[in-house]
Amino acid sequence: MSLKYEDVIEKYEPVLGLEVHVELGTASKMFCGCNTIFGAEPNTQTCPVCLGLPGALPVVNEKAIEYTIMIGLALNCSIAPFSRFARKNYFYPDMPKNFQTSQYDEPICVNGFLDVEIDTDEGIKKFRVEIERVHMEEDTGKSLHMGGATGRIHGADYSLLDYNRAGIPLVEIVTKIVPGTGKYAPEVARAYVAELRDILRSLNVSDVKMEQGSLRCDANVSLRLIGSDVLGTRSETKNVNSLRSVERAVRGEMIRHAELLNKGERVVQETRHFQEDTGLTRSGRSKEQAEDYRYFPEPDLVPIVPDAIWIETLRAALPEKPSTHRKRLQEAWAVPDKEMASMINADVLEIVEETVNLGADPTKARGWWLGEIARIANEKEVAATDLPITPKDVAEIVALVATGALTDKLARQVIEAVIAGEGRPSEVIEKRGIKVVSDDGALMVAIEKAISAQPDVAEKVRGGNVPAAGALIGAVMKETKGQADAAKVRELLLKHLGQ
Amino acid sequence: MAGISRDDVANLARLARIDMAPAELDHLASELGVILNAVARVQEVAGQDVPPTSHPLPLQNVYRKDEVIQSLTPEAALSAAPASEGQRFKVPKILGEEA
Amino acid sequence: MIKKSASEMAAALANGETTSVALTQAHLDRIAEVDKDVHAFLYVDTEGALAQAALADKKRAAGEKLSPLAGIPLALKDVMVQKGIPTTCGSKMLEGWRPPYDSTVVSKLRAADVVILGKTNMDEFAMGSSTENSAYGPTHNPWDLSRIPGGSGGGSSASLAAFEAPLAIGTDTGGSIRQPAAVTGTVGVKPTYGGVSRYGLVAFSSSLDQAGPCGRTVLDTALLHETIAGHDPKDSTSINAPVPAIVAAAKNGNVKGLKIGVIKELQGEGYQTGVLNRFNESLELLAGLGAEIVEVSCSYFEYALAAYYLIAPSECSSNLARFDAMRYGIRVGDASGVSAEEVMNLTREVGFGREVKRRIILGTYALSSGYYDAYYGSAQKVRTLIKQDFDNAFTKADVLVSPTAPTTAFKIGEKADDPIAMYLNDIATIPVNMAGICGMSLPSGLADEDNLPAGFQIMAPAMKDDRLYNVGAALETALLSKWGAPILSHVSGLGARA
Repeated sequence: MSLKYEDVIEKYEPVLGLEVHVELGTASKMFCGCNTIFGAEPNTQTCPVCLGLPGALPVVNEKAIEYTIMIGLALNCSIAPFSRFARKNYFYPDMPKNFQTSQYDEPICVNGFLDVEIDTDEGIKKFRVEIERVHMEEDTGKSLHMGGATGRIHGADYSLLDYNRAGIPLVEIVTKIVPGTGKYAPEVARAYVAELRDILRSLNVSDVKMEQGSLRCDANVSLRLIGSDVLGTRSETKNVNSLRSVERAVRGEMIRHAELLNKGERVVQETRHFQEDTGLTRSGRSKEQAEDYRYFPEPDLVPIVPDAIWIETLRAALPEKPSTHRKRLQEAWAVPDKEMASMINADVLEIVEETVNLGADPTKARGWWLGEIARIANEKEVAATDLPITPKDVAEIVALVATGALTDKLARQVIEAVIAGEGRPSEVIEKRGIKVVSDDGALMVAIEKAISAQPDVAEKVRGGNVPAAGALIGAVMKETKGQADAAKVRELLLKHLGQ
Repeated sequence: MAGISRDDVANLARLARIDMAPAELDHLASELGVILNAVARVQEVAGQDVPPTSHPLPLQNVYRKDEVIQSLTPEAALSAAPASEGQRFKVPKILGEEA
Repeated sequence: MIKKSASEMAAALANGETTSVALTQAHLDRIAEVDKDVHAFLYVDTEGALAQAALADKKRAAGEKLSPLAGIPLALKDVMVQKGIPTTCGSKMLEGWRPPYDSTVVSKLRAADVVILGKTNMDEFAMGSSTENSAYGPTHNPWDLSRIPGGSGGGSSASLAAFEAPLAIGTDTGGSIRQPAAVTGTVGVKPTYGGVSRYGLVAFSSSLDQAGPCGRTVLDTALLHETIAGHDPKDSTSINAPVPAIVAAAKNGNVKGLKIGVIKELQGEGYQTGVLNRFNESLELLAGLGAEIVEVSCSYFEYALAAYYLIAPSECSSNLARFDAMRYGIRVGDASGVSAEEVMNLTREVGFGREVKRRIILGTYALSSGYYDAYYGSAQKVRTLIKQDFDNAFTKADVLVSPTAPTTAFKIGEKADDPIAMYLNDIATIPVNMAGICGMSLPSGLADEDNLPAGFQIMAPAMKDDRLYNVGAALETALLSKWGAPILSHVSGLGARA
């Protein structure tokens, strides 16, 4: 990319819009009783209704309504006293009826907001993202494109359809346009999706796994000249499969738009697809000639009129907001804002909390997750939470260090080994024979060996040059294969040399 | 006169995924013109203050419990498939992008 | 035996005069004899029917308590899904399709041990008033084989008039049970919307469709109505209330003190004189039985046809979108290099007939952006006005009446090229579907001009289906007295072929 981000934000300001689709974790589908297990054998979870067979009719899953209302309440929305399903008509092989039963002008939740915080070098900044609507619809089947080189749709010879996913309840959360984020648009977008994800998880309405598709984000981006009122043309980016991708996609689109506009070219209103490998977007369907969906009220379903008591019961049962929860943790652990933000950014807050709940000291737990483990995660280009090390493992290690059974250095070795798949901490320690050598006798043997090997250094120390002892300590550590308690070694060595 | 041109019909046929020959488009355009003329009279009485009826009976809140019931076997689901492969419905190459 | 009514057949089964197998075989023989001329059936399930009959006989012999219609044969309109049995909806699109599931109506019939003989012919996807739109050739009216049997359920009604079955199931969206009943001299009822489950009824216009009973007598129809009606949790638009006492009403037949409202707008110009004559005579008979005849006006009914021909095509354009050659039905044009979109387009062009395509395009237009308010949106408002007209009229009368159809059966081919003339056949039946209330057609006699059957339509408020049967039974008894014999005894042989 020739244009730098700094150049983009000097001239333009971004306007964001985010659409998030959530697959609800109900036991059965939106309109029928088929199972919703992810990864089942193809077409084993289908029936006349979700296959759209002639004559089949939908019946609404009550739990899906309940979950949607909960989501709306958690997002500070008003719950519509009267809402309806509508048909969105278009043809596509993954959609059995060739219309999607969705909601149009009468969605179930409207006008909410979500406050997000981002950590910047200018301090913590808060943004309120306004939410236009939350509505219900059904998911489509999955297609496999066969015969082409890449498995993508272009160049494929034919496609294979699996309708297990067709009919799974989807909730669509649409923001109003989000102006005023300036250079922080990518971070705000990411923080919004992350916060939304945390809320959904706390509500227990979805497993929100972006990599499995139960949380999908489409990012709409447009640019306008700073100071101008005129909104630019927006593009929609799909296939954004991780929080990191949300941020990259928004940043990438801002740069792409700016490059076009700087050249005097026009931004095309279209759907684009995010490419994980390059961080760029690829052109998809042109939205210039928007398909006419010919929405009309779904005649096979009757209106939803949730009663006030039900809504208030759900409201009262809402769990603690993630932001409130975080504030509580921050106070309890006495963590400064910056470190709190680091944990949130690295997406390890929850796992640190779990570790603390297993008995680990909060500071130590944080230290390991944000330190050694995060380092390894970055190297492997995965999220820390994806590594095969659990809160239980870390809690165990923290406990071992606390008792002195491990030094920090040894603990790092154990962590690496657990991640490498060598087993749980206790297994690793046993297999590798890791133990801290703090037995005075054994240490003295190594100390004396080191002294006799470097008598001139020993002399220096005896002479008052304490820092010189470092070389001797190092030799002892090497001799003991790093298993000596370094602090003890220093203590003994200095004593022995009369310091 | 509520007219409908052959191009209009061609657009509608495209939206409805029906491959119509030009002669059929022409024929339909004239027929539909007559029909639209006859049905347009609904506008005469459809005042602002008249609420629309989507359902003949005032039912609401009809739900089912979130319980799993037995699905069709994959054999039954695929029984009428014009083509299938690997327990999936086989369809020709799709030109359009997924929504 | 085949000339008897279903309840007479039931009595014969009950007292051992005959068996269900014998009864079924007699009907299968009759079908083999006359259906090459009538063409009421698209599929005859000989093996299945005899097996169902044998099972009914077995249960009876074992002393099991059976439903009133156990062991009685029935013809099923081919728009109702029946597991494993070819279900075409009169369309090429579903040629050879064997559904993997049963409609609720079929489940109820089987639970009642009714014997399903086969699937009857219909206008393609229930769109039409003459059964000429069937992809498999028209059905011929047993009264005169050169004439239409009505539509879209012409096959069901014709099978009754030809004595191929004593009972039939039809579906009615704008009159498709009642108008064929009128022109074939049989009885047909469109239940209150939501009274009979639509699960497994291949949808044409979802907010108007209803499955309903057809028979040669009011009592037979009542027995069948009670068998198929009731709440279905698989149909969200199904009424969750007990079925009204329909059979009891059919056995009552007492109109003393009842107010019968004649709808001013549903007679006069456009109605065949002979049809009107029979209608007025029926009114006199009812008055003679103690009913009070009043005149009511439903001034918005003149807009009903227009609103119907916007709502029904709109809903059908969406309902028929699923027929795309991907999962079931025929597939045309699949060859190397051809895309799914092209295969869809080609299949739908070939698989659908003219009337269906016309309505899909009309419906697509009526729903499209920029036109929705003027067309579909306005039609939905007219629907409200029609409902209000009915509500008002029902404050003045217990039931409302009109001739069922403006004319008797016309010749095959006579109106095929004039869609509007064809649509006018439903002018008196459509308002009932628009409001979601119930309606019955029973024979009022033969028209003077052509000696062909005319129908008398009775309409009752939503969920008051029993009123139809009460008034219908009263009229039927009075007419029977007047004629001396059932109207269908005039169907000598199968009439003359043109």
